[in-house]
Amino acid sequence: MLNLDFSLLNWGLIQNFILKGLWFSIFLTAVATAGGIFFGTLLALMRLSGRKWLDAPAALYVNVMRSVPLVMVILWFFLLVPLMIGRPIGAEYSAVVTFVAFEAAYFSEIMRAGIQSIPRGQVFAGQAVGMTYAQNMKLVILPQAFRNMLPVLLTQTIILFQDTSLVYAIGAYDLLKGFETAGKNYGRPIETYLMATVTYFVISYSLSSVVKAINKKIAIIR
Amino acid sequence: MAMDWMVFCKDTLTGDVMPGCLGSGRDITYLNWLFSAWGWTVSVSLTALVVALVVGSLIGVIRTLPSSPWLARLGNAWVELFRNIPLLVQIFLWYFVLPALVPPMKNFPPFILVVLALGLFTSARIAEQVRAGILALPKGQRYAGMALGFTTPQYYRYVLLPMAYRIIIPPLTSESMNIFKNSAVAFAVSIPELTQYALQVGEETARPIEVYLAVTVLYAISALVINRIFAWIEKRARVPGFVSSGTGAGGH
Repeated sequence: MLNLDFSLLNWGLIQNFILKGLWFSIFLTAVATAGGIFFGTLLALMRLSGRKWLDAPAALYVNVMRSVPLVMVILWFFLLVPLMIGRPIGAEYSAVVTFVAFEAAYFSEIMRAGIQSIPRGQVFAGQAVGMTYAQNMKLVILPQAFRNMLPVLLTQTIILFQDTSLVYAIGAYDLLKGFETAGKNYGRPIETYLMATVTYFVISYSLSSVVKAINKKIAIIR
Repeated sequence: MAMDWMVFCKDTLTGDVMPGCLGSGRDITYLNWLFSAWGWTVSVSLTALVVALVVGSLIGVIRTLPSSPWLARLGNAWVELFRNIPLLVQIFLWYFVLPALVPPMKNFPPFILVVLALGLFTSARIAEQVRAGILALPKGQRYAGMALGFTTPQYYRYVLLPMAYRIIIPPLTSESMNIFKNSAVAFAVSIPELTQYALQVGEETARPIEVYLAVTVLYAISALVINRIFAWIEKRARVPGFVSSGTGAGGH
């Protein structure tokens, strides 16, 4: 039986190795959620536009993204983005671009379901009071769609936070990498993997408790 | 940017293009290696799927048992535990941490460790679906089974589960496609599957675009085949007059 020694866990270790990774994981989650919802909503609107030349490319993009493992998408972007912009970029920058592009596909499916959950009468009512398509979307449909889909959007954000650990594939410095580097430096990899497990669990579990509370609140309003 | 597909016909050691593209004996081409990597992806995924279905059904069922609050709590804890830790971290736990804490596990082959990691990770999601499927049935079904004098295992086996599984075929389909995608994470512990192949051969041949394309297409084909198999099962198992319902969006 191996002797576990957690005495290496102190403020110095957290400051030197963990915080940098934690901030990047949180930053990546936040940017990918915001960017993913923005581009995802655009993709959803393209798919629901009823115009084939808008619908077909959006559907192709979403289906391709959804049928490829995230790790492969991360590797693809790390390979292609520097070729396209003509200069090398860091793993962290590449990770941000990848996650926004990848999550847009998943968020677009959620937003599409959200927009479709709004009764047709709402659209007609907007049109009847003389709103343009953009006004109707912005003032009537999307606010309701967001509200209906809030629990699903948040659940997807928790999954997204866990998925940020996959930037391991291109060596970006995230929360997991922080613990791993600390483990290597102190020669205590088992302990730091366990600490990483607890950290991810505590963050994800707290977030999912928040989602449950929001679910209950929404259930009461209706 | 010109593609060079002959890269797959090259011998992995000498780099010479082999006639017929496939090597023989110990001389293998990158194409041979690609098929072997695909084999690893398929075997890891399918074995993990079996583990996930068995464990997930068990956990899903005990969460719906009447008058066993402790079993239900155990089931809930299982789901929360495996759902709130990233898969990559779980793979590291199985591969590095558990063998260090439990010495007999040092003799487990990496294949088994990765299958357990992927299988139990997915079991939490399948447990949720099985539970949802059982709870979606009208309460009367359970009571009808009890009224006929069935024991609890009997009415689960003959009344509840056959319908519950039919209801959850659509989410089970996407979970089975997910398991193929998630198996890519096994690259982190050097299982010679498709993603590991992409990383290693992409570097070795300096032809990453061709290699990534081939790997991506094989992932897509795998997912499509699984999708078709489940569609076939769904069609074969359909009960006339019974409309099954899908579940919400989201997830990976």
